[in-house]
Amino acid sequence: MGALGHYLEAQGIATTQISLVREHTSAINPPRALFVPFMLGRPFGAPGNAEFQRRVLTAALNLLAVKAGPVLVDWMEDAPAAAGDTGPLACPVTFSRAQGDDLASKFLHEVDELAQWHDLARARRGRTTVGLSGLEMPAAARFVVSYLGAEPQAPWAEGLAAGEALKLACEDLRAYYHEAAAAQPGVPDAAAVRDWYWHDTAAGRVMRELQRVCLASEDPSLRLFGERSLVPRAVEHAVAESST
Amino acid sequence: MVRLADLPQWEQGHLLDKVKDLTGFNDRPWKKPPPLKRCRVAIVTTAGLHRRGDRPFGPSATATDYRVIPGDTPAAELVMSHQSVNFDRSGFQEDHNVVFPIDRLRELAAAGAIKAVADHHYAFMGAAPIRALKAKAVELAGLLKKDKVDAVLLSPV
Repeated sequence: MGALGHYLEAQGIATTQISLVREHTSAINPPRALFVPFMLGRPFGAPGNAEFQRRVLTAALNLLAVKAGPVLVDWMEDAPAAAGDTGPLACPVTFSRAQGDDLASKFLHEVDELAQWHDLARARRGRTTVGLSGLEMPAAARFVVSYLGAEPQAPWAEGLAAGEALKLACEDLRAYYHEAAAAQPGVPDAAAVRDWYWHDTAAGRVMRELQRVCLASEDPSLRLFGERSLVPRAVEHAVAESST
Repeated sequence: MVRLADLPQWEQGHLLDKVKDLTGFNDRPWKKPPPLKRCRVAIVTTAGLHRRGDRPFGPSATATDYRVIPGDTPAAELVMSHQSVNFDRSGFQEDHNVVFPIDRLRELAAAGAIKAVADHHYAFMGAAPIRALKAKAVELAGLLKKDKVDAVLLSPV
């Protein structure tokens, strides 16, 4: 982020920025930056809290008035929790239908049974962030599980490497689960939904198994995907710690 | 919370290890903008955002280009194809403004706190190697000037 500040400013465009990792911004030393102690992924702090977002935005824009720089200013306030935040996800989705014994069948059942919750989420929010792959979720799930077996499906578009296609399908599925979970009663916090997805669902187990397959693959696109863009570091560490 | 001291040691180590790649920006470019009330402002994010149906961002090493986000893009059309899985997406799923505060910026323009919101905004994918972004950033500066942008808000994830 800070590099863009350097590059644009050198071209005569004034910049101000949010900093989410103070040590990185301090090293790169961009013209104007406001460090905020918020969760990575939330530079304006609090979803659905326009007043808080406006104050953070105004503080960042006000740096445009300082007379000399570089300037790195600290925003001292933590992001407020959502009203009604219940913390851990108290009641994960109950998967009621009879499920097959194998992981792939359980995953496909989950995707099917989450549809009503996802429909509700989309209706309430008026939007969904699912849609990178262009696949319906059952098709995305079938595409993913095919890589756990002997006959992986070819990517759906010409020129799309297998690892790139899996990335899009997996991102869609993760968004689908997260949005569906958010539609349930209560307001689970971000860490709770993450932990539910990765540790309590068949989807999470499928993704971890997929990572194992990708890392062992001879396809460089699959190895890159497995190494960098599938399982969060926090989840890898939690799994490693639980197995020791 | 992402004060470094609040993070587990392995995450602190990962973030601090990146610092060595961020040095060497020793020039101190400084463009004085007009007073805020006379500024036309654009957002440039590194969140890997784009419109539904646009080309997604590819693997990090090659994703040094940007996507154009017209200012009238409905929130329902915004999706995120960032390569990293190590940041929260649930905030963006709930409210795009927590990443891309276009509605807040419009409110500031309506209130007269800034002059106007630019017609076009832009997104990079933040996992790309930062020095490889320079050529596209220079190109982008030209587009921002054509849009008569006085100042850019840079928003990471």
